[in-house]
Amino acid sequence: MNATVPGMSDLPGTDASGRTRRQEFERRQRRRALAVATTSTLVVAALVVILVPRTPGWYKVKRSFFDVEVFSTTFPRLLSAFVKDVQIFAWCAPCILALGMLIAVLRSVRAPALFPFRLFAAAYTDVFRGIPVILTILLVGFGVPGLGLDRPYNSPYLWGSVALVLNYSAYVAEVFRAGIESVHESQRAGARSLGLSSASTLRHVVLPQAVRRVIPPLMNDLVSLQKDVALISLIGPIEVLRQAGIDKSKYANFTPYVGAALIFLLLTIPETRFVDWLVARERRRTTGTAVR
Amino acid sequence: MKLSLRDVHKAFGPRAVLSGISLDVAQSEVIALIGASGSGKSTLLRCVNLLEPIDDGVILLDGLDISEPGLAADAIRRRIGMVFQSFNLFPHMSVLANVTLAPRKVLKVDKAEAEDRARSLLTRFGLAERVDSFPDQLSGGQQQRVAIARSLAMEPEVMLLDEITSALDPELVGEVLDVVRELKTSGMTMLLATHEMGFAREIADRVCFLDRGEIIESAAARDIFERPQHERTRQFLQRVTDAGRL
Ligand SMILES: Nc1ncnc2c1ncn2[C@@H]1O[C@H](COP(=O)(O)OP(=O)(O)OP(=O)(O)O)[C@@H](O)[C@H]1O
Ligand SMILES: [Mg+2]
Repeated sequence: MNATVPGMSDLPGTDASGRTRRQEFERRQRRRALAVATTSTLVVAALVVILVPRTPGWYKVKRSFFDVEVFSTTFPRLLSAFVKDVQIFAWCAPCILALGMLIAVLRSVRAPALFPFRLFAAAYTDVFRGIPVILTILLVGFGVPGLGLDRPYNSPYLWGSVALVLNYSAYVAEVFRAGIESVHESQRAGARSLGLSSASTLRHVVLPQAVRRVIPPLMNDLVSLQKDVALISLIGPIEVLRQAGIDKSKYANFTPYVGAALIFLLLTIPETRFVDWLVARERRRTTGTAVR
Repeated sequence: MKLSLRDVHKAFGPRAVLSGISLDVAQSEVIALIGASGSGKSTLLRCVNLLEPIDDGVILLDGLDISEPGLAADAIRRRIGMVFQSFNLFPHMSVLANVTLAPRKVLKVDKAEAEDRARSLLTRFGLAERVDSFPDQLSGGQQQRVAIARSLAMEPEVMLLDEITSALDPELVGEVLDVVRELKTSGMTMLLATHEMGFAREIADRVCFLDRGEIIESAAARDIFERPQHERTRQFLQRVTDAGRL
């Protein structure tokens, strides 16, 4: 750049508005993209609104799934039942992340003395990834209290949560392991050559990079955990899905299920958006110019 | 001798990569390793830094056998700095964090002191403005200077430089070589693998020509380039000259 640059608008390639040709071009592109997107959305929405009510079963579906009155009486109850889902999620998620990380680290450590742990970790992930969540919940949730434990150790909350933790930590462990393995060998060499021990290398160099890389798949797992918490209702606790089922029977109407679905969406959509934002922010912070 | 290699052997599976390397490096001496791709230069440096175990022979640092199996390798590695061809900076840390990590975690220097030292090192290499940048926001030359600073922050007694300019655009090579020149002036003992013959000739006290895992010829820089004794050295230098790299 020249030290004696004249006013921007005097430069060749800028117009009266002071924008360069490239900026002008990009503005036009943005406007066009916006116009196309708006039009197509409107067209699709109009088609849905016009066509769906013309289907023969619409009247019945509307009455049994979208009943305003049932909705307004049951929704508050559903919301308060959902608090339970959130609670179960809130104590399961940290346990899952911690256990998943532990299993992943055990599987990645190469010291021969730790071979039994490695074997155990591998067996663990194989077993719990191989069983459907719902079966784990049924087996653990009915099986363990069946041993005749006393309160509070026979609580379905406890064993339902344990089942979720067992199952999800196996998935999360695999996600972490993939992250650990994606960190290039040269990073380890760089760290070890500075005299860092293998534990410090793992802690300060490998894991931070691994975790950053797997945040998106990890969040997918957490969002699906948020939903699978509802499966605990099968072994007793009255959370949102169970409450919706009760209300469905009471009013002989499916609207409570729609309400429950809505509640899940209210939580999971912002969650995923928040994660996207986190990831994008991290990327902006640590990298140079983005490639388009 | 600061560093001595005696009859060092190293094989990867059936393939012998180092076949009886013997080499002495005196205090403050700069030795350049030259040789074709695959001749074993990187492997030699990695063995000295204990990143690869050797199969046979000994490596002595200040007379201490560091190739002894079971020796605490971390304690040795902190005395030997190494800079790699592709900059192994930690991408999730700022420049300052990259340089202070090892002093803080290994030497237990406190944060403020480590940062002070890192800043003065980075300033010395013309990176004062970039302390808060992340590696991906730097040019290759800047990254490589940070990598050198990161190594020096551990105050190593010997530096191993593995083709530190070969991943760089030609116009960035100079700034990194300047840093190496400065290190030589400060009396650092260095063992460097390089494809930059002009630089090897300028900076090295001695040049070793490596071919198929053996040191074929080892002589003062002038001698090896002007009066190579061995046929293979002559052929290698001829090829390099033809490729316009001398
Ligand atoms: N980890 C490894 N496993 C198997 N073979 C290896 C390994 N590392 C290096 N080698 C082999 O050892 C030989 C020497 O490699 P080395 O990297 O030391 O050569 P170099 O002289 O540094 O080459 P360049 O100039 O291309 O960097 C090569 O044939 C290479 O394929
Ligand atoms: Mg090499």
